[in-house]
Amino acid sequence: MVEPAVDLTHGHAHDDHADHGPQGWLKYLWSTDHKVIAMQYLFTGIFMALIGGFMAYVFRMQLAFPGMPVPGFGIVSPGEYNALVTNHGTIMIFWVAMPVLLAAFGNFLIPLMVGADDMVFPKINRLSFQVFFVSTIVILASLVVEGGGFAGAWTAYPPLSADSTYNLTPLGSTLWVIGVGLEFVAFLLGGINFITTLMNSRAPGMRAFDVPIVVWMIVVASILFMLSVGPLLAGAIMLIFDQTIGTGFYNPATGGDPILWQHLFWFFGHPEVYVVLLPAMGVVIEIITTFARKKLFAYRTVIFTIVATGVLSFFVWAHHQFIAGIDPRMANIFTVTTLLISVPIAELCFIYIATLYGGSITLSTPMLWALAFVAEFLIGGVTGIFLGAAGADIYFHDTYFVLAHFHYTFFPIAIIGTFAALTYWFPKMFGKLLDERLGKWHFWLTIIPFNMIFIPLFVLGMGGQHRRIYNYTHFPELAGDGFQSMRIIATLSLLVMLGAQFIFLYNCIKTARSKKKAPRNPWKANSLEWTTESPPPHGNWHPDRMPVVYRGPYEYSVPGREDDYWPQNEPK
Amino acid sequence: MNRFFEFFEFSWFDSLVEVGSSYAEQIDGLILTVLIIVGIWFLAAEYIFLHFILKFRAKPGRRGEYIDGKNKRHKRWITIPHLCVLAFDVLIILVSFRVWYNIKMDLPEDPDAVIRVIGQQWAWTFQHPGADGELDTPDDIFTVDELHVENEKTYHFELQSTDVLHSFSVPVWRIKQDAIPGRTITGWFEPTRTGRYDVQCAEICGFGHGVMAAHVMVEDAETHAAWVAANTPAAQ
Repeated sequence: MVEPAVDLTHGHAHDDHADHGPQGWLKYLWSTDHKVIAMQYLFTGIFMALIGGFMAYVFRMQLAFPGMPVPGFGIVSPGEYNALVTNHGTIMIFWVAMPVLLAAFGNFLIPLMVGADDMVFPKINRLSFQVFFVSTIVILASLVVEGGGFAGAWTAYPPLSADSTYNLTPLGSTLWVIGVGLEFVAFLLGGINFITTLMNSRAPGMRAFDVPIVVWMIVVASILFMLSVGPLLAGAIMLIFDQTIGTGFYNPATGGDPILWQHLFWFFGHPEVYVVLLPAMGVVIEIITTFARKKLFAYRTVIFTIVATGVLSFFVWAHHQFIAGIDPRMANIFTVTTLLISVPIAELCFIYIATLYGGSITLSTPMLWALAFVAEFLIGGVTGIFLGAAGADIYFHDTYFVLAHFHYTFFPIAIIGTFAALTYWFPKMFGKLLDERLGKWHFWLTIIPFNMIFIPLFVLGMGGQHRRIYNYTHFPELAGDGFQSMRIIATLSLLVMLGAQFIFLYNCIKTARSKKKAPRNPWKANSLEWTTESPPPHGNWHPDRMPVVYRGPYEYSVPGREDDYWPQNEPK
Repeated sequence: MNRFFEFFEFSWFDSLVEVGSSYAEQIDGLILTVLIIVGIWFLAAEYIFLHFILKFRAKPGRRGEYIDGKNKRHKRWITIPHLCVLAFDVLIILVSFRVWYNIKMDLPEDPDAVIRVIGQQWAWTFQHPGADGELDTPDDIFTVDELHVENEKTYHFELQSTDVLHSFSVPVWRIKQDAIPGRTITGWFEPTRTGRYDVQCAEICGFGHGVMAAHVMVEDAETHAAWVAANTPAAQ
């Protein structure tokens, strides 16, 4: 007798209040709503991207015009240069790629795509962002403490990172390790939610193979992260002990071993590449199938492929250490595993191409970003083969060839993949449609300069230019005019690319101020997030109208149907 | 079999960086082998990709096809290329194994001389054997940031570090090896071209990493003998 009344009240509450928690600005600090937490991660990530981008601007200016004062920064000292490249890498990976791709889109999409009202553990989710927020403050503080920010490269190899008589940044290096450690804790908390929500909160009727690939990708990425981060957290604690209380885990004079850190770091560091790669690849699959109006080619093969990639990614770490002094026989084993990982990744690229075949392709802005991801990531993928072959790595290790290679993987992941996701889900997140014309200008003015930055850097790397050197005029072989003009081309292209981001900013402001509301399903897509309002209310759907799933998410252009799409929740 | 592998020894980017050691061509050849293999794959993949994008643009009145990729006839469009990728991987692995073995694992016995290379923040110290050809004798010649070697002689080097990680890198020789405090790592090289070449530190080592520049002087026999004679420390 009581139950219907309870249900009614419950539904009523959802309709009337945006949130059950605190109201006003506190809502944004203490909300447990997965969409608010997603926004918190998104905006923190974008803010950190601005800082990381500014760092790139400063050190690229120093490389193009060595010794000249950089507008907005001043003269760059060698120590500052090292701190800039170190924190550019750290911030872009741990405070941009991970919070935006994994946390922001993971939080926003997983409950909406599996048809749940929220994450399984909303309070753990809130704690995850709060720990992340603290870690952000710690890493930013590490840049401005006495002695300056940590300057021992984002890989933080001891003994340099472990001893302040060597690195000259006693506070900066300890805060750096603490910041990174806290960030790991935040993502461990978030990962628990991603995995359990996929397992337990799927809408009625949604089987494992009816889940959109991007959700699978984020969950597999979270599993990879959770399995790989433990050893590094232990390593980070040993590093803090070495720095602060004088232990000698990494100090050979007291029986420690600096190579131990490299193994712990890269055992995490290589799976980490796939932790950020997989969500981006998933985003691209959602967009390509929607705008090609095509069913995903071989859904199950994709799942098995990413699981194979994930497993293999735990056995390739020492390819970062071929010339680090490990036993040379070990290099042969890791050459084999590293080249083998090209097989599943190549397969994913073939699946993208096969999915395009026979489609009906609309080149909207999100589709352009998604296609650019495939085209550019291929360059990052094939240049990895050079580095995976240990013989060639003797020459290429720690040169700009490596740098250009991983920027051709991380830029497609963290920037192209993010813009693909952002432009695609923007109407769902904010309820407005971005301007397509401005979006395309932004796209081309980002992609073309991106290639003009890093293609010269491949050539410089082949010429033997090593990384993390603040001024190449000390090296006669590298100081020639030809090489210097390549550095200048790269820097000028970076300026164009950074400038182009203002187009996106302007587009966002213009869209936010326009009155025109986005429809629920502007792209005519199938997955569940498009069946609710834009932006979705608290609880995502009206509690009486939670979605029920009848089919997989990629039923486009099904023969015999009038519409070329078939939403997952539409009864037969 | 050796003839098969010699096919892959070829230098082709010496306009960017000269070829200065006996094994540089092996590395360059491996890089070229990989470049040709992945280059063809890359161009083919990008061509098909762009071709599909242009060919299957949306047109009024035409719908997408419904292909789920489940049946074997469709699936072979990805299984055959992926087996080909595997086959080419094996080829690259074989060529790479040989290069790696020759450079890092198979040190030539009875080198003409042994030198010692010591990295420290932020300079390289080179210990030359001197006139007697033996290390750790009174006539050893110590230099800072300048290594002198004789052309077309095989050398072993003993790489050490006194503080943090460094990496001994001579791009024209295609050689690179990290130096680790507490260990001595032995490697080898045989210079084949005289001249003055850069030595870079390839592992970040602190504030002065960017100025940890040294150079190597590769000299013919006469010049080298003259240098050794002029720099031998006076007897006690």
